[in-house]
Amino acid sequence: MAKISIKDKSEIATQFMQVIPFSAELSMSLDFIENGNAIISMPYDKRFIGDPHTGVIHGGAVSSLLDTCGGAAVMSHPSVPAITSTLDFRIDYMRSATPNQRITAKAECYHVTRSVAFVRATAFDEDESRPVATATGAFTVESKRNLK
Amino acid sequence: MTIKNTSIKQKTYSQSTILKDFLSDLPYATFLGINITLKDNLLTSLLPYSPKLVGNPALPAIHGGVTASFLEISAVLELYWASISKNHQKGFNGLSKITQMDEFSHNQIPKTIDFTVDYLRPGLPKDAYARAEIKRAGRRYASVYVEAWQNDKKKLYAQASGHFLMPHTNE
Repeated sequence: MAKISIKDKSEIATQFMQVIPFSAELSMSLDFIENGNAIISMPYDKRFIGDPHTGVIHGGAVSSLLDTCGGAAVMSHPSVPAITSTLDFRIDYMRSATPNQRITAKAECYHVTRSVAFVRATAFDEDESRPVATATGAFTVESKRNLK
Repeated sequence: MTIKNTSIKQKTYSQSTILKDFLSDLPYATFLGINITLKDNLLTSLLPYSPKLVGNPALPAIHGGVTASFLEISAVLELYWASISKNHQKGFNGLSKITQMDEFSHNQIPKTIDFTVDYLRPGLPKDAYARAEIKRAGRRYASVYVEAWQNDKKKLYAQASGHFLMPHTNE
């Protein structure tokens, strides 16, 4: 298989974002992607409320955003072929996201072995000084042999 | 709605109704399409397959975030249901039971502190099921384990464990 350039991979990731039905459903937008780093955000949406009395978005929706962002970060890493899937994912909920505010996830793929990519990610609302949630995950790295 | 007596059949029905009401009050659970079944005192959550839940269109496979959300909601449902059962044992009659639960559902949803998901197999474009087990429920914190399967109950496609902050009870 021909070596995929970083630019091409970013394009793949961008297109991938648009064709992921669940990410499209949550109106996620890819704001930045390069060299193992990704930023993805999503608007506040009443359909994703987890606490009807406060209007706070469900943690699972934030988790979906962080997972997607983690996957995008892995895909954009120079030593990873474009495809990946989540092996495990841990999320810590720091506080409730403020209703009506956009939620932004930032993920960094900080280490890659031949089989596994390690990621950490943080989610914020419009107050970037206090994270809403943090996450760590391990993602698969498909062997280049299998992609031939 | 009137609950007239406390026969076992009606109790089961009312528990199931309370759980379904709890779910229908959660927009995100409704959006995902999560439902429940209650049989032999065991609560099973159901996530019917829908194309919008796909995360990898090439396979296709259910989005990891959907699986995480499904398992987390299953864990919260189990905690909620355990609190219903507990109040049953305290001997509430049919009607006061409902009132009690309504109050619980409206003000006191357990809050997730952390949640860890292991993805054991790709989520197939099929219905998924989950069952949660409370490993420890203290006054303030609870630890819950959840497993999920699709075709074969013995072949889990995901498992998870998490900690939850329990709602304040009237003390």
